[in-house]
Amino acid sequence: MIAFYVIAAVMLVAAVKVVRSKDLVRGVLWLAVVLGATAVAFIQLKADILAVIQIMLYTGGIITLMLFSVLLTWNRDEGKPTAGHHRQVTGLLLSSAIAGIFIAAIKRTDMPETTPLTVSDPQAVGALFLQQHVLAFEALSVLLLAAMIGAIVLARRRDA
Amino acid sequence: MADLEMWLILSAVLFSVGLYGVIVRLNAIAILLSIELMVNAVNINLAAFGWARGDYTGQMIALFAIALTVAEVAVGLAILIQLSRTHKSIELDVATELM
Repeated sequence: MIAFYVIAAVMLVAAVKVVRSKDLVRGVLWLAVVLGATAVAFIQLKADILAVIQIMLYTGGIITLMLFSVLLTWNRDEGKPTAGHHRQVTGLLLSSAIAGIFIAAIKRTDMPETTPLTVSDPQAVGALFLQQHVLAFEALSVLLLAAMIGAIVLARRRDA
Repeated sequence: MADLEMWLILSAVLFSVGLYGVIVRLNAIAILLSIELMVNAVNINLAAFGWARGDYTGQMIALFAIALTVAEVAVGLAILIQLSRTHKSIELDVATELM
């Protein structure tokens, strides 16, 4: 229970820092904090395999990619980090309305009585992947290949 | 151990913070960071439902979502690098050719 509150507090503070940070490099590093806290949350939810993949792919891969992109697209003249006052108010109202709707819906729903997981079983996840859902798994690999080729083509210089 | 409802509320709040970022920020990479926050909230939701239901399907769907996000970020960042080359800026207000 205490673990949940610690995770939630770290995650929310870091998330607010991500959306408010004027310096993009700091924003990316705060995102790394959110993703690390999510990995801890996955361990709490008996999803060890997700925690490992979260750290490998997100904090290892995506954060590095993001940092490189921030530095490659760095523009010293841009001092204006957020939109005007009007859009700030709109964003705050809209996102709190969405949060309110979600929380109201969660509170009103009667969750069915089920028995939560007590052990983490990566083998069962792997079996689900490669037996029941193997077609989706193969489609995913084709998608990743297409995304890789697309990223190379898009990032290439036009004159090269 | 926290119950399902609290995890869902945490994920809903995290999603809303990400949505706020998407609306308010102008810099394209900052928007991509906020989208990451939203995807992360969804993954927590999937893992929490899988945990509460006592099977591993939720975790499997979350793995699919993670792989899709990685592809999305790779293509998105490639587009942003091209944008910064052609417009000398990644503020989304400058890219108005399609409007």
